[in-house]
Amino acid sequence: MSAIAAPALAAADDAPRTAQLGMWIFLGTEVLFFGGLFVAYAVGRAHWPHGFAVASRHTDVVLGTVNTAVLLTSSAIVAFAVACADHPAQRRWTALALWATAALGVVFLAIKGVEYAHEWSEHLFPLADFALTEPGAELFWVLYFVMTILHSVHLLIGIVGVAAFARATGAGKSWPTPGRVDTMALYWHFVDIVWIVLYPLLYLVERHA
Amino acid sequence: MSSVSDVIVRPPSAPAPAPSPSYLEDGHTLRSWLTTHDHKRIAILYAISITVFFFIGGLAATVIRLELATPAGDLVSHDTYNKLFTAHGVIMVWLFLIPSIPSVFGNFLIPLMIGAKDLAFPRLNLLSWYLYVAGGAIVLAALALGGVDTGWTFYAPYATMFSNSWVALTLVGVFVVGFSSILTGLNFIVTVHTLRAPGLGWFKLPLFVWAHYATAIILVLATPVLAITTLLVVAERLLQIGVFDPAHGGDPLLFQHLFWFYSHPAVYIMVLPAMGVVSEIVPCFARKRIFGYRFMAYAILGIASIGFLVWGHHMFVSGQSLAASLVFSLLSFLVAVPSAIKVFNWTATLYKGSIRFDAPMLYALGFVGLFTIGGLTGLFVASLALDVHLTDTYFVVAHFHYIMVGGSVMAYFGALHFWWPKATGRMYPELWGRIAAVLIFVGFNLTFFPQFLLGLRGMPRRYHAYPPEFHQLHMASSMGAVVLALGYLLPLVYFAYSLRATCRTSANPFGALGLEWQTRSPPPTHNFDRPPTVPEHVYDYATPTKAEPARTPAAQATSP
Repeated sequence: MSAIAAPALAAADDAPRTAQLGMWIFLGTEVLFFGGLFVAYAVGRAHWPHGFAVASRHTDVVLGTVNTAVLLTSSAIVAFAVACADHPAQRRWTALALWATAALGVVFLAIKGVEYAHEWSEHLFPLADFALTEPGAELFWVLYFVMTILHSVHLLIGIVGVAAFARATGAGKSWPTPGRVDTMALYWHFVDIVWIVLYPLLYLVERHA
Repeated sequence: MSSVSDVIVRPPSAPAPAPSPSYLEDGHTLRSWLTTHDHKRIAILYAISITVFFFIGGLAATVIRLELATPAGDLVSHDTYNKLFTAHGVIMVWLFLIPSIPSVFGNFLIPLMIGAKDLAFPRLNLLSWYLYVAGGAIVLAALALGGVDTGWTFYAPYATMFSNSWVALTLVGVFVVGFSSILTGLNFIVTVHTLRAPGLGWFKLPLFVWAHYATAIILVLATPVLAITTLLVVAERLLQIGVFDPAHGGDPLLFQHLFWFYSHPAVYIMVLPAMGVVSEIVPCFARKRIFGYRFMAYAILGIASIGFLVWGHHMFVSGQSLAASLVFSLLSFLVAVPSAIKVFNWTATLYKGSIRFDAPMLYALGFVGLFTIGGLTGLFVASLALDVHLTDTYFVVAHFHYIMVGGSVMAYFGALHFWWPKATGRMYPELWGRIAAVLIFVGFNLTFFPQFLLGLRGMPRRYHAYPPEFHQLHMASSMGAVVLALGYLLPLVYFAYSLRATCRTSANPFGALGLEWQTRSPPPTHNFDRPPTVPEHVYDYATPTKAEPARTPAAQATSP
């Protein structure tokens, strides 16, 4: 029974393990958040298979593929940063890897911006002058923009977060504990995984027809 | 009963040493409150803000009942009436019921009940309150600018394309409040996983904590779907693009599916914490160990999980496939099984107990009765054929008010009375507490039972005028609302009165056994002066050595 008498209250600070558990749960909410969009996509595509096929052929598959490569590379680098963060001696490498991760995030957004510019000039924004007449094509482009913009917002938050970690690591002030870099990287991987689902849904599906 | 001789419970008469100030005295400036990370202070902030919204939502209901006192639509225009019931629904659902028990009592009690100093993320906890206030302010701004007329359900395409009211702004408010819910849920889950006192295993947790754990899971899994749905509605409305509008290739049923995927589990967000409260009060005032503790915990998890799979029962007449309706109907019947287990177990807990009818117990017993009526009428509307007749009638209105008001609000008031001495160190006047409980119970039934009859006879919901043959029942309902309003105003007065120093009471006036009662009342900022002792069983009331010395009559407030 003496084991039951608590020696001390459990600490209520954000220990790394606690922060990681919190991040996992937050990512659970994010899955449900994007899940609503995936349901909308599934319903739309079931209603308008032809319209979605026609519409998806207007996406820029080359830039989309390049962006996929950029994001996958960034995820590999952030994993490298997590590995480095385990060893205080590798502090410089950690900072460098984090900066590289953030930079690749910026590259992704820049490429996405170029894509949006092309789509604007081709009247693919679902506005009054929308270019496609096939029923359902407009719905595809609505979902394309909602999904990619929400993904970009998440990526932007990731870039700011990773850059803040990179700065703290490089500036030599407070060394972020390894668990915290882990937590940040979890988020980054999640944003990457969302894109891994979006890429085939928006760029590849029905492309062959 | 297990041996408990080696379990130490501080006798309530022994004054605790007071080396540190209570959480209420630890800083008196407004700033010390608005920047606090203390879960107890944040709970008080929540309590004050949801009380404000409760009375604003209640005001809308008052005007509704006044209008319905006569068959002619003579008090407000039909337009205003639409805005009134929308305001009532939006405010009561998102700004009162969803945060009520979790954000006030969950926040205050979970760390105390598991022997922790605070929640896992104190700063996120404060952020969640600010998000709640910001979202609430946005909703109020939308009301002040002219209101919304879609009903709290925001069905598309009316809400997205046709309504000329402040739909988008209101939804932005709901979206922001949603994040407050998500953060609270996330905080609870991590806290229960990581900060339980040594020796406090999962099956030693109070059912209040179990209920909040299950609620938190619903909060983090259902609320994001509401968030994306509101975003899509706002986008569709502002940009005139269509995800839900059939004119643009969208699907209005998709809106209903997404909306109810959140809003049905939301009912369990409201009622599971209420069940947690009742599971604390009933054993304490029956002086009995809760009947079937493990079954109670499993039933909570059962309700939470099956609750995710019944949303289609809101759509029986929407044109969804018969196969889908059959499955949703069956699952809705299944969710009644764990709910019934809970009702039977509370009743079995009372059996041969030595029952005291103090105010918290009156509310808890009221909950059990009203929840049973609300739950059973839920089976009526879960039946496919019957639902065709009852859909969009007052029967549905009465049914969900029995669950939400008869269930959740009764439990909220029960919790207010039960933990008032814990939070303030003061005792409310017991006689007035009982009077208010009876007023609320009688007023509630007078208001809403006639609505079952109205619905059965075909009175549709959301109309400001009605044929004269419904007049008597509507009149009865409006009279009941007066009694109910009186019952809700009374506690406001006597709780404020009881804050006077003369109403000071002992640390544990009800002789309750939860860990939260092992510390001072009001608790110190860091919750415990010395580590709490984890008992063998959290509801060990039947043991006389522990139960008897604590049984000082609650009405006799003792001086320190």
